[in-house]
Amino acid sequence: MSIDKREVSAIEADPIADPGLPAHQPRPTDTDEYLEKRAERQVATLFGLSTLFVILFCVSYFVFKIGDDPTEILGFGASNVALGGCLGLALLCIGVGMIQWARKLMSDHEIVEFRHPGSSSDEDRTETVAILQTGLEESGIGRRPLIRNSLLGAMGALGIVAILPLRDLGPLPGDKLNHTVWKKGMRVVQDVGGNPIKPADMEIGQLVNGEPAVFFEEKDGEPIYDGVALQVQKAKAAVVIVKMQPDDITPWPGRENWGVDGILCYSKICTHVGCPISLWEQQTHHLLCPCHQSTFDLADNGKVIFGPAARHLPQLPLALDDEGYLIATSDFTEAVGPSFWERDTIKTGE
Amino acid sequence: MSRTESVARTNGTKASKAAKPNKVGAAAEWADDRLGLATLAKKNLRKVFPDHWSFMLGEIALWSFIVLLLTGVFLTLWFRPSMVEVVYDGSYSQLRGIKMSEAYASSLHLSFDVRGGLLMRQMHHWAAMVFIAAMMVHLLRVFFTGAFRKPRELNWVIGSLLLLLGTLEGFTGYSLPDDLLSGTGIRAADGFMKSMPVVGTYMSFFLFGGEFPGDSIIPRLYTIHVLLIPGILLALIGAHMLLLVYHKHTQWPGPGRTEQNVVGYPMLPVYMAKAGGFFFVVFGVLGLMGALLTINPVWRFGPYNPAEVTAGSQPDWYMGWPDGALRIMPNWETHLWNNWTLSWNVFLPIIVLPGLMFTIVMMLPFLEQWITGDKREHHLLERPRNAPSRTGLMVALMTFYAILWMAGGNDILAIKLKLSINQITYFNRAAVFIGPVIAFFITRRWCISLQRADNDKLLHGLESGVIMRDAQGGYTEKHIPLPVDKAYTLTARARDEVYVPDSEADENGVNAPGARLNKLRSRFSRLWYGDNIQKPTKAELEEGHHHAELEEAHDAPLEGHAADGHQFDGRHDIEDEHLSRQHD
Ligand code: HEM
Ligand code: FES
Repeated sequence: MSIDKREVSAIEADPIADPGLPAHQPRPTDTDEYLEKRAERQVATLFGLSTLFVILFCVSYFVFKIGDDPTEILGFGASNVALGGCLGLALLCIGVGMIQWARKLMSDHEIVEFRHPGSSSDEDRTETVAILQTGLEESGIGRRPLIRNSLLGAMGALGIVAILPLRDLGPLPGDKLNHTVWKKGMRVVQDVGGNPIKPADMEIGQLVNGEPAVFFEEKDGEPIYDGVALQVQKAKAAVVIVKMQPDDITPWPGRENWGVDGILCYSKICTHVGCPISLWEQQTHHLLCPCHQSTFDLADNGKVIFGPAARHLPQLPLALDDEGYLIATSDFTEAVGPSFWERDTIKTGE
Repeated sequence: MSRTESVARTNGTKASKAAKPNKVGAAAEWADDRLGLATLAKKNLRKVFPDHWSFMLGEIALWSFIVLLLTGVFLTLWFRPSMVEVVYDGSYSQLRGIKMSEAYASSLHLSFDVRGGLLMRQMHHWAAMVFIAAMMVHLLRVFFTGAFRKPRELNWVIGSLLLLLGTLEGFTGYSLPDDLLSGTGIRAADGFMKSMPVVGTYMSFFLFGGEFPGDSIIPRLYTIHVLLIPGILLALIGAHMLLLVYHKHTQWPGPGRTEQNVVGYPMLPVYMAKAGGFFFVVFGVLGLMGALLTINPVWRFGPYNPAEVTAGSQPDWYMGWPDGALRIMPNWETHLWNNWTLSWNVFLPIIVLPGLMFTIVMMLPFLEQWITGDKREHHLLERPRNAPSRTGLMVALMTFYAILWMAGGNDILAIKLKLSINQITYFNRAAVFIGPVIAFFITRRWCISLQRADNDKLLHGLESGVIMRDAQGGYTEKHIPLPVDKAYTLTARARDEVYVPDSEADENGVNAPGARLNKLRSRFSRLWYGDNIQKPTKAELEEGHHHAELEEAHDAPLEGHAADGHQFDGRHDIEDEHLSRQHD
């Protein structure tokens, strides 16, 4: 290591030499006793005010109600505003007081401290290197590669102990992402209330948020899907049902009979990163995702017409059951939601 | 060893000391007998800290971090990181009877049924925003003033890590209440993870403990949020401060302020009072914000439901720029042998880009050092204008950030500006590449002209605004010479040295190792410094002053004439002068 690398840059005296630190200017509070006393009183007043605000804080804590019937002032929750206001002002008074004290009354003589090179001296460096060298030699690590290599191997192997136990963080994906609870014959119901849907109930241009009927079914008095299990299934099985003019729909080959009277059903989960899609434009048959504005054409097989999503919305094939309610004729034919590495990429029609 | 000797000597002195000076002395003695800290304290208690408003930015970050620790601990006393489903029966009537996770219910409990709970939640959230914003502005200040240069590169790296971890900490915290908005954020994060080639699906299943959303994500994020990241942050902040003390603070050049010294106020008492007082100020302002400004009113969003979303979903502002990148990315996806999917549309903007940007920011000091070949230590700050390319580079990065950030609000922009979202997206796609380049060149030019203006001031003095008409009817503007302090401060900077390869032999020997690299480097160096204006030399300065003297000589005949206004030419004492009312 050459010395010049440790050089500290310096400002040359060209074109103007350093005139040196200007002389200290006394502050008004240094020379005028009245001002000094006044500053002292100001600081003490601020500290006193702080205590006052703490007392007010305590009073507010007990006086203002929260909960069922909160005390309100001008539409604000009184408790929050009073507690926060008093706390904030109490703290500010201390802070401003301290700063004022430092600026007005504490010595304001600037001090000059010299810098020393951050690095160690050359002797120290040489000595340290020598010590390291001696240590290494005494351990014999260089001369005994067998020991060194087996130790490195052992340490590396130990890394497995740090990683492997994390295995039980979660199950393997398997093909879970490829399936939902939809299956042949399952009714498509409204997401609120769980009522089944008849084609005649829907008007042209209408969009209904739907879910599989199983979410509302019970077995032995217990819901079949509940709590977390319900959330997991909902995150994949949520759908939208739309009714359009049958003439406007241009199904891909094989999808001609996936609809009933111009009613089609699509996954509600955006194929970009998975937001539920909600913004429906009747006139254009466009469904817009509020997260990053991917837009899908529901009259054209859920094709992406704008935005960062790369895949069409999966479509759920529909039919009617004996009682004339909408049912699915199978599960989705492809994975719903965001893309993933293993996703089956045989694309229908596109 | 000398160690024992010195201990023995100290013991001796202490034992023979009869009278204890005073209470402070006694306490210090008690502590030192056990801890032996006097030597360290002696050096540091009067440590000098230079003063400048911009040095406060880092302090804001530090103090808001402390506020985060304090308010965060309060929140943990009530918050329950559990996704078990409960039926809400708390005070907020609109949600009573609704099924939700325990996490959400406990956030509602904190907001409505714990006195001061809402205040602490709001202060915590505001402090998080201030923390991250202050870190960013602090980073800019450090870069623009060249404070990252040797020997402070490692502190720059630590600082960048702090920003990264702070952002992650903010995201995990934002996710905890498990409301509809934060749940949508987690849903997107799941999509981000799944976009990673090969490992994505596994990462997602391991993090969520199975399929999204599962019942593990909130408890796991909680551990990360209150233990893992704060622990690392604390350690890094400690290291950041230690290095700061060790290197001593940089300072602005000026009379008496050199590369070899630090001029300022001592730690005890002035700096401690000012910095300590500032802690209370930051804390107090955050208290007022928590009192008066609603933030993240989770009760309005409702519990998370994977089938619902609110329109205009947006993450906290510091996550806005990757979100913008996500929005303007073309929808590219590659299908490999019809079996695997590579989602460029997600993977590039949200996984690769932030990682890349972070790496670039972290490497900036090393990049500049490589280009300039400047391996010296620097303790004096540089004005942004005196490093035009550096300043331009950061403004380019800021422009990049700003455009992506704007793109993150493209739906809001579209509504506000009545434009179509398609137009905005196409505009942003181009702007994100072109904008930074334009910003770089404009900034660089701007800096250089500011440098030129500085030189003019040095050579000709300040423009006084006094226009003189001479006997021939010509007009000249009076210039006031700069006071020497100001003039010195303007010139207190090094002249730029363009890097030239070490030995000329390298130039011919193409095969010489590193020669080609060095050539590239000298080309970069020339670009980096090329058009900078250097400060005047002594000769030039004298020439300038000579010119001023001529001007004065030219005016000399006017001396003593009652030409109203001439006394305000900067060369005369004007304490008792007034312009006469009447001109006749
Ligand atoms: C750099 C540090 C930190 C940042 C940036 C941060 C950020 C956040 C944010 C943005 C929230 C959402 C707040 C809301 O609106 O509800 C949050 C929640 C929370 N944070 Fe932090 N935090 C930090 C440190 C801590 C620490 C150190 C703790 C505890 C020791 C903590 C405990 C909590 C808890 C319990 C919640 C959930 C409270 C609730 O929303 O009901 N945080 N954090
Ligand atoms: S999640 Fe729908 S566009 Fe991104």
